Amino acid sequence: MKTRTWVPYAFLLPNMLIFSVFVGLPAIYGVYYSFTEWNGITEPVFVGLENFIKIFSNDAFWAMLKRTFIYVLAVVPLTVISSLGLAWLLTRKIKFSNIFRTIFYLPVMISFIVVGLIWNWILQKETGLINYVLSLLNIDAVGWLSEPILANIAVIFVSVWARVGFFMVIYIAGLQSISPSLYEAAEIDGASSWRKFLNITVPMLKPITLLIVILSFIEYFKTFALVVSLTGGGPIDATKYFVQYTYEVGFNQGNLGMGSALSFVLFIIMATITLIQWKVSDGGRI
Amino acid sequence: MKTKKEIHWITYGLLILLSIMMLFPIFWVLSSSLKSGSELFAWPPSILPNKITFINYIDAFSEANFGRYIFNTIFVTVTATIITLIINTMAGYALAKIKFKGSTIILILFLSTLMIPLEALMIPMFIVLRNLGLYNSIWGIIIPPAATPTGVFLIRQYLLSLPDEMIEAAKIDGANEWQIFMKIIIPLAKPVIATLTIFSVMWRWQDYIWPLIAISDPKLYTLELALSNFVGEYSVDWGPLLAMAVVTMIPLITVFIVFQRFFIQGIMATSVKE
Repeated sequence: MKTRTWVPYAFLLPNMLIFSVFVGLPAIYGVYYSFTEWNGITEPVFVGLENFIKIFSNDAFWAMLKRTFIYVLAVVPLTVISSLGLAWLLTRKIKFSNIFRTIFYLPVMISFIVVGLIWNWILQKETGLINYVLSLLNIDAVGWLSEPILANIAVIFVSVWARVGFFMVIYIAGLQSISPSLYEAAEIDGASSWRKFLNITVPMLKPITLLIVILSFIEYFKTFALVVSLTGGGPIDATKYFVQYTYEVGFNQGNLGMGSALSFVLFIIMATITLIQWKVSDGGRI
Repeated sequence: MKTKKEIHWITYGLLILLSIMMLFPIFWVLSSSLKSGSELFAWPPSILPNKITFINYIDAFSEANFGRYIFNTIFVTVTATIITLIINTMAGYALAKIKFKGSTIILILFLSTLMIPLEALMIPMFIVLRNLGLYNSIWGIIIPPAATPTGVFLIRQYLLSLPDEMIEAAKIDGANEWQIFMKIIIPLAKPVIATLTIFSVMWRWQDYIWPLIAISDPKLYTLELALSNFVGEYSVDWGPLLAMAVVTMIPLITVFIVFQRFFIQGIMATSVKE
């Protein structure tokens, strides 16, 4: 029996309608607006490449881009190493591993705004718990959120804290898919735990590690909510990354043309990463 | 050489230490939220409240308009999840089980947008929303992110693994496509629908950037918006804020603990995109 031809389109229609209007259309619009000067009220004026020239000749943009990359390049390896470490510990024969998994995953269930809020409370200079503990060791109160470098370290630490459980679960899936016979063979050859980890676990996990590197890169690159409630982007822009910068240009300064151009740059960076992912993951056979 | 037993103790020690690092901040906010104003800033701080008080929770509801934000968040989460489930299951079914002209193109279209983050489209999405007259409307928060490619994929991948025979048999019995979808596909797809439900609830409950863009009227604030607004104020009223943070955390953590198995499976199934 044959399906009537309009049927599949009917099933797709509601999704495609919303998708085209709110994703497809904006994707096309966005490109157009990035070539205009527009405050959102008067008619957009076509200005060619002017927005991009302004962006790329602005020192603040490069400083922000550098900050974003430094943040991401610190957070991604830390995330990979700690999520692999946790996954490795939890796939050994130990009791209560399910309870530990739940505990490590728990922060993933907390929104970034609340995560930022929790740590903002703990890192307060005058009343925060961390500084209290330090005071017991006779260390003066540290301005965790008021010193640029420390604020960056705080954002990095909290980002890993909030996300490590998520990537740990993916690593656990990967570790469980490695055939035990490989380890058994290595044991017969007298390999130590460390050797087995380096020579079997790490190579077998290569495709998953690539996946996690890309996923976490993309996720951290668009960090926004966590920073809003943890540092607000401060002190003096020290933790203001790409999305917040774009948001402020577009909505706070009312420069929607320039904001669209910045979004376009963000998209290009993301798309480049995705393309690299596809290239590399073919090699890694994900 | 270390004995096996010693290694075990090191492992447990490490895991317990890390668990404390994960749990203590959550516990600390909970404990602080139950302290009175003076104890909240007492030095040295007390690990557990000397006297448990719910004054911060009462303040949050009475002064901070917290009930309104909870209602908005629940309304957005529930409505958006229902819409997401309906439209994505339908689309996933068409792409998995019906052969038709253009299906490959539509599939590629979805695939290629999987990695485009909302953040890269936020300004034009805002413009479209405004042009449609949906700015500052609760439906403006709900509808645009409902057609998520991740959802379509999740459903499609799952349905592909189901055998076609049942559908064929139902067709021979004279069932039309809608009946097949409702009576056969949906019951069979329960596990993946459960996964998508969990994801959708999580996405919506935690969403920040889209509500931030789609509304400005404080009456329509979701919890996340309200919280971030409070933190941004010059002098933070920590008591009610901590209480709100706790209330915001509880639903998802509860759902997570109850449906843990689904969560973990879901993550593994859709590790393509968060």
